[in-house]
Order: sequence, then structure tokens, then C-alpha cells
Amino acid sequence: MDVILFLVFALIAVVCAINVVVQTHPISSALSLVGVMGSLAVLYLLLGAEFIAAAQVIVYAGAIMVLFIFVIMLLNAGAETRKGRSYMVQLLGVPLLIAFLGLAAFFVQRMYGDEAVTFGLFQKGGPKEIGQALFTTYLLPFEVTSLLILVAIVGAIVLARKEFD
Amino acid sequence: MLSAVPISWFLTLSAVLFALGVAGFLFRRNIITVFMSIELMLNAVNLSFVTFSYHYKSVDGHLFTFFVMVVAAAEAAVGLAIILTVFKNRGTLNIDDVDSMKN
Amino acid sequence: MDALLDSFIFITVIKALVIFAVLMTTLAYLQWVERKVIAHIQVRPGPYRVGPHGLLQPLADVIKLVTKEDLIPPYVNKVFYLMAPFLAITMALLSISVIPFGPTIAVGPVRTWMQLTDLNIGVLFILAVSSMGVYGIALAGWASNNKYSLLGGLRSSAQMISYELPMSLAIASPLLISNTLSLRKLVETQTGGIWHWNVIGGAQVVSFLIFLIAAFAETNRVPFDLPEAENELVAGFHTEYSSMKFASFFMAEYANMITVSAMATLLFLGGWDAPWPAEYGSGLVPAAIFALCGLILLYHGRQGIRKWDKYTFPVFGVIFLGIAGIFLVPLVQGWLLPLFWFLAKTGAILFLFIWIRGTMPRFRYDQLMGFTWKFLFPVAMLNLLVTAFVVALRTS
Repeated sequence: MDVILFLVFALIAVVCAINVVVQTHPISSALSLVGVMGSLAVLYLLLGAEFIAAAQVIVYAGAIMVLFIFVIMLLNAGAETRKGRSYMVQLLGVPLLIAFLGLAAFFVQRMYGDEAVTFGLFQKGGPKEIGQALFTTYLLPFEVTSLLILVAIVGAIVLARKEFD
Repeated sequence: MLSAVPISWFLTLSAVLFALGVAGFLFRRNIITVFMSIELMLNAVNLSFVTFSYHYKSVDGHLFTFFVMVVAAAEAAVGLAIILTVFKNRGTLNIDDVDSMKN
Repeated sequence: MDALLDSFIFITVIKALVIFAVLMTTLAYLQWVERKVIAHIQVRPGPYRVGPHGLLQPLADVIKLVTKEDLIPPYVNKVFYLMAPFLAITMALLSISVIPFGPTIAVGPVRTWMQLTDLNIGVLFILAVSSMGVYGIALAGWASNNKYSLLGGLRSSAQMISYELPMSLAIASPLLISNTLSLRKLVETQTGGIWHWNVIGGAQVVSFLIFLIAAFAETNRVPFDLPEAENELVAGFHTEYSSMKFASFFMAEYANMITVSAMATLLFLGGWDAPWPAEYGSGLVPAAIFALCGLILLYHGRQGIRKWDKYTFPVFGVIFLGIAGIFLVPLVQGWLLPLFWFLAKTGAILFLFIWIRGTMPRFRYDQLMGFTWKFLFPVAMLNLLVTAFVVALRTS
């Protein structure tokens, strides 16, 4: 059951990720990316990360990607024109990519080959545990990220303003 | 037939997604798509974090994922504002055309 | 046979079928109720011709929508054009699956919860699914290749992102009080009468109001229905849609309304908990209400003005008296009474939705955005801070 679930959603994730790269229109890429994020959320659930799965859908798919789609729709920019592409890159890049992935898979297999993921074995991914860790061990990074967000808000408003007076 | 998913499959999937993100980042010419490739890479890394969190049976990886999400949100806000400004000033989204420092 | 009855999948399938059938009927009849209520606000009879008092109107609407020509306009982006209504309706119906309608129900030997599935992150699940609902509308607006649709889609995505913030903050305060994310446990912490409900016992009136306002915006209802403002944008994002694809958007809107009403009930109004304990006679209230309705109908049936009133009023009166009788049977009281209270509270909020649609004008777009960012968001933040402070003081 777990294996089927993993295979289905891993397949969706990979196909959508390939789609992100090969689609020429940004809105198709954006929606494929939403597909990747959704299937990753299911895989997080499989790994026992309930809170992160929900946050993934709410923050990534529900907020960040909506922002992307909003900007794409606002600019209404058409599909990307294919120009100045070197075939050399594709010719060399794709085999290199596959070779790299093969190597990575091989080493990962060697290092963690015997361990398997059992659904329900890892129970510490709930909101309670995350909250406890967030406000004790990781309190300083948490406060720093709040500063980061404040800076980002100010920056975005300054950039998006109509004129600088 | 396997009864449980090996942990290495998750890590391999993460590597595949990351590689696809890199490929998108290098091959694509639309700023927004390049930006989305970065998000894809971040997502791939997040999957590794959560997987390692399972491996070490500790919640730390989830916290890292959480922080990556926060940073990604901040990055998206600023990045998209920059893209809007660039499009307003240049009328193009092709990163090859935004090279005024060159000349 | 027992193994089959006890099996998880069998029970789940049965529950899913029941919930699906009831939900679909409710969606159709909510439409009828809305038309009737608005008609009465405007002193019109409303749908009247199809069946007694227009009661078969939803059926006629469904037949009309199904048999209408399914038109795909030229120059649309086909894939996304077809995907958008599908996404909208899927996301709208998905969130119903975690909403509990009542406590356990016993059918013969089987005991089960009146809920499809209980997640311990149920509230987050609903937030996540409802935030995915934006895609349906945004995509519909973009794929239609029509400037009015595009404007509607843009407006709705901006509106939904903006109102999600105060909504999430408003949801956070009752969660602080109840200290759980599971919708079922949320209700269990509020049992024991109206003074235990989060809106009174937790003093969450402000966040309840913020939640309601944000809910109106999230479901694109008047006074925040700018994505589909008829007189500015023709019909907004669904201008180019016809037949069942249009119906999908319509059903998605009503399903979203039901979801947010149920959420408000569960978070603030104590779910299926009666307003006061059963030993003071709260169990008799539904029977009394239905009996009163039945008696009024019987009384009016004697002097019916219209031709059919002489027959329809007494028939409905007897039906209502029968329902009142069912509420008094001790065997079913255990699950029927909670169900009644849950539906009554949800129905009251749904009625509020319709009532406001009948009375309020539409906001201007800049007012809409200014309202959430400059008023709702700070107030929700302040409310959350105060609630957190009080909860911290109480627990320490």
C-alpha cells in the first residue's frame, strides 16, 4: 500500500517537475509546480510529517504559487520564444544529468539501503512537537525569520510602488 | 513485492527533483520560470530534510523545512516585486534582454 | 457478514455515499432557499410554478443545466478551461470530508462517528483545501481569454489571498482556547451549554465576526462578490462557461458556503452541542419547533387563499407533526438531537449569508482591499494577542 502510494505520487511529482522545465508558457509551468508541491505534501504525510504537509499546501501551493500565478496573469506575458539555444548544452546536459542522478541513487542506496519507511512509526511530526521545538530550541531563528519577513514586506512595497517620491 | 518504501527512494526522488530544478534554472529564459525552478529546488531539499528527520527520528528536519518555507515566501514576495519592476521598465521577461550593465 | 460490517472500508464507503447524496440535495435546495428568501425580502413570491411552492424547482434547474448545450468557445486555452471547474468543485467538496456532523451513531451492532474521517490536523486540512480553491477561479478567468473574466480572476485571487490572513488569525484564537486541531475534539472541549462555547465562554465574539466577514469574502458572496460583479464584469470569471461547467462553479460556491458555515459552527458555536443541558429540557426544543410549524400549517390550511393551499398546507402540517414525533422517540434521540443542533446552527449562518445578500450593496474594490489590510488584519492580530495572553495567564 505504502509502496503504491509512494510510486504514484513520486511519478506525479517527477512528471510535473519535467513539465515545469519543458513547458513554454509560464502558467503551465506554475500549475505543474503546484502539482509537484501537492504530491510532495502526500509524501510528507507518508513520512509522518503532518504539520509540514499542511504547511506545504497552505504556504507553498496556497500562497506562494497563487502569487506567481497572479503576477503571470497580471503581466499577461506570452509563451517564451525559443532563441539562442545551444543544442550542445542539451546534448551534453541530459546524459550528464542522468549520469549524476544514477550516481546519486547508487550512493544513497549504499548508505541507506536497508532502512525502510513505515507509515505511523514516526509520530513526532504533529503541530505540538513542532511548536515546542520552534519556541524552545529554535527560538532565535524563529525571531530572525520574523525580521526577515518584515524586511521582505517593506522591500516588496517599496519596489512595487508606482513612483518614488 | 516490497512492503515498505526504502528511505533511499525518497532521497533519490529528492535528487531527481533537484536536478530538474537545476536544469530549469539553466535552460529557461523567462524570469518567472527561472524563479519557479528555484522553488522546485527548495522543495526537493525540503523532501530530503523531512526524510532525514524520519531517519534520525527527530523533529529538527521539519523545523528546517519550516524555515525554508518562510524564506521561500519572503523571497517570492521580493522576487516577484522585482520582476514586476523589471517588466515595467523593460517590457520584457527574457533574462537575456535584461543586460544593460553589459553595454 | 460481521467482518464485512466491521470493515473500515465498507463503513467509509457507506458514509461517503450518504454524505454525497445529502450534500448534493442540500446544494440544490440551498439554491431554492436562497431564491425564496431573497424573493420574500423583495416582496415577491419567488419560484412558484414547479411543484408546490416551487419545491421541484431545483430538479428543473438540474435538468436544464444538464441538457443545455456544452459550449467551448474558440480561442480559449482548452486544457485549463476544462480543468478550472473541475478543480473548483473538487476542492469545494473535499473539505466536507473532515467535518463532523454529530457524535457516534449506532446502526445495529456498528458504532461509527458521523464524520467521514477525523484528522488530527483537521482545521489545517480545511484551510489548505480552501486555499487551493483559488486556482479554480484564477484559472477560469485566465483560460477564458476574455478581459472581463481575466479581471474577475485577478480580483478573486487578490481578494482570497488577502482575506485568508484575517480568517486564519480568527481561527487561531478558538484553537488556542480549545488546544487542539482536530475538529471532533474541538467540539468536545465546548460541550455543556452555551456558556462553554468559544464565542461566549472564550469571549471570542470579535474573532467570530472577523471569521464571518472573511468567510463572506472567501466564498465571493455579497457584499464582497467583486469577482463576479454582474454590472461591472458581465459575470466575472465564469462568463464563458455554460451547462455543467457553469453548474460546477455554482455548486462550488454553495459547497464553500456550507463548509465555512459548518466551520463557524464547529469553531465558535459548539458544534452539535445543545445551547443548554438536556436536564433543563433542550431535548424538547426541536420537537416543539416542528410541532408548532405543523400546527400553524394546519391552521392556515383551513382558510387557504390559493387553490392548492387547502391540500398542501395540511399535508405539510401532518409531515411536520410526524417529524416532531420522531424527535420524541428515545431510540433515535441520541444522534438525532445533536444532528438537529448542528444543522440548525449551520442553517442559521447560511440564512445570514442569504439575508445579507438581500440587503447589502457591493463594496468598491479599493474599499474591499483597504478594509481587510487596514482594519480586519490588525483587529484579528490584536484579538489573537489578547487571547494568547489570557490563555497563558489562565494555564500558568
